[in-house]
Amino acid sequence: MNFDKELNARGLSCPLPIVKTKKSLADMTTGQILKVISTDTGSVKDMAAFAEQTGNALVAQEEVGGEFVFYMKKG
Amino acid sequence: MAKKMAIIATKGTLDMAYPPFILASTAAALGYDVQVFFTFYGLQLLRKDLSDVKISPLANPAMPMPVPMPVMVQMLPGMESMATMMMKQKLAKHGVASLEELRDLCLEADVKFIACQMTVDLFEFDKSEFIDNVEYGGAATFMSFAGETDICLFV
Repeated sequence: MNFDKELNARGLSCPLPIVKTKKSLADMTTGQILKVISTDTGSVKDMAAFAEQTGNALVAQEEVGGEFVFYMKKG
Repeated sequence: MAKKMAIIATKGTLDMAYPPFILASTAAALGYDVQVFFTFYGLQLLRKDLSDVKISPLANPAMPMPVPMPVMVQMLPGMESMATMMMKQKLAKHGVASLEELRDLCLEADVKFIACQMTVDLFEFDKSEFIDNVEYGGAATFMSFAGETDICLFV
């Protein structure tokens, strides 16, 4: 999947993946896609909750070799 | 209008310092207006130097220990520093942010910190020991914000 920016959140625990996702989205424009790579199992639910509460869209997610990859479209 | 969250932080130990900063930084990331009111021992969390924020195994039976430790041993000098060092290592190993980092993230996200003026006076804290981004006020100051919040927590 295409993306405009990538955030490496590997090795970070709650709440850093969420807080850094928010910061990464800040300088992006509506419709752009942020790819987030996390190793925090809690981020699977948290990313969905983040998207729901902030008006950004979690357009895709996958698990690759123990890592969680999220594609967040800026709303 | 943005949702609001208020937290009253009353504890100054390492374990109890995390919840207010984690919740405040997360809520701010979710778009909440956040205020944290620091009172009593919670004031320790506003000091520039957080190295005195420690954890003690004493009277803390729920704290997981690598080996079972009798209370008589927990009382020995240096045990508190050792437990604090071990906890910090564990936090770092698991990628949990330091208190300083979380506090900075809160400030970056415009979380407002209010120090309880009464307890600052009570404990004779020197305001120059606190970080700069702190407002000073009393319960009524806090209530004017807390009364309009969606979430209000006492930690």
